[in-house]
Amino acid sequence: MKTAECPVCGASVEIPEGTMENELITCPECGAELEVISLDPPQLEEAPQEEEDWGE
Amino acid sequence: MSKIQVSIAGGSGYTGGELLRLLLFHPHVEICQVTSERLDGKPVHKAHPNLRKQTDLKFCSLSELKECDLLFLCLPHGKAMQQINEFKKKAERIIDLSADFRLNDTALYEKYYGKKHVIPELLNDFVYGIPELHREEMRSAKYISSAGCNATTTILGLYPLYKHKVIYADQTVVEVKVGSSEGGNAFNASSHHPERAGCVRSFMPAGHRHVAEMLQELNFGEPVKIHFSATSIDMIRGVLATSHVFLKNKMEDKDIWKIYRTEYGNEPFIRIVKERDGIYRYPEPKLLMASNYCDVGFEIDPHSNRLIVISAIDNLMKGAAGQALQAFNIMSGFDEKTGLEFPGLHPV
Repeated sequence: MKTAECPVCGASVEIPEGTMENELITCPECGAELEVISLDPPQLEEAPQEEEDWGE
Repeated sequence: MSKIQVSIAGGSGYTGGELLRLLLFHPHVEICQVTSERLDGKPVHKAHPNLRKQTDLKFCSLSELKECDLLFLCLPHGKAMQQINEFKKKAERIIDLSADFRLNDTALYEKYYGKKHVIPELLNDFVYGIPELHREEMRSAKYISSAGCNATTTILGLYPLYKHKVIYADQTVVEVKVGSSEGGNAFNASSHHPERAGCVRSFMPAGHRHVAEMLQELNFGEPVKIHFSATSIDMIRGVLATSHVFLKNKMEDKDIWKIYRTEYGNEPFIRIVKERDGIYRYPEPKLLMASNYCDVGFEIDPHSNRLIVISAIDNLMKGAAGQALQAFNIMSGFDEKTGLEFPGLHPV
């Protein structure tokens, strides 16, 4: 199985068979939503997130 | 496989009750006796109502304690060291959950406990009880001293950073928020419900005894200073430690992740919790209730070299009974997760 480094935490993330470019996967270590920007070579980018206001 | 015969000296407190709850369902353990002077002759569920119909065990007096394979000591601080030689005659192996044998330096003990140790020559016979730091020593240990709950939370949060020497060892500031069960089941004016409920009470801004354990365990050759404060909040179980440390060099998230992964990647009871979305982005004690996990998270201050480490446990589990059972499993050659698999509750 292909793996790529998580751009957030540096973990090695497995890219399941059949995954397509631009598909979103989740890093099993840090939980970041990642976009598969390339399959050959396998490359991940942090997916854009909605901003949340957590100010209390 | 024959079961290991264990007894609990001092089993009517919260720690003893939690240990009893765990041991009753441990597949390789037979509980022989549980002592309590106050409740001598009474069923154990009189002190621990959650154990109704789980066991026929009754409390007995310490004077009736028989020989067993392993003895857990859940006595008030200061009691274990007074009778340790008697306990050693009762069992080949001992796990003490009190503070009496946590430190291996007599001077450090006297400084933080304000009195002389009764039997200082035994301090070095005990292995300090955090498995993640002393697993190999535990495998052949006869005596283990379980760590303090605040110390466990703080040490597990900071240990990888101290070990890798990426922070200034003498510039650590820690604030813990703790639940009321840390104070045990003896009540006093400050635990009276109208006084305790809703509190956010700075009960130990300086001078907490658990600092001595942190100094001992985080010593990697550089002078260590821990500036530690404790606040009790309206929570029954749980410890949340917020530690402020300062990086020697600029580092990124991935660098810190790598350090934690190196030290804790294979640890069954430590999880790195740092998520960018959702409700539970950092460790939170309520998710850990009755579990043996220590969750550790971090954040780098983008405006300075400050690194904030957030660590959390259930004080009665990873901070006491769960930690002791994990150590027991290691010293007995069992899978260290045995009897400790419960993952906590949600929602709670």
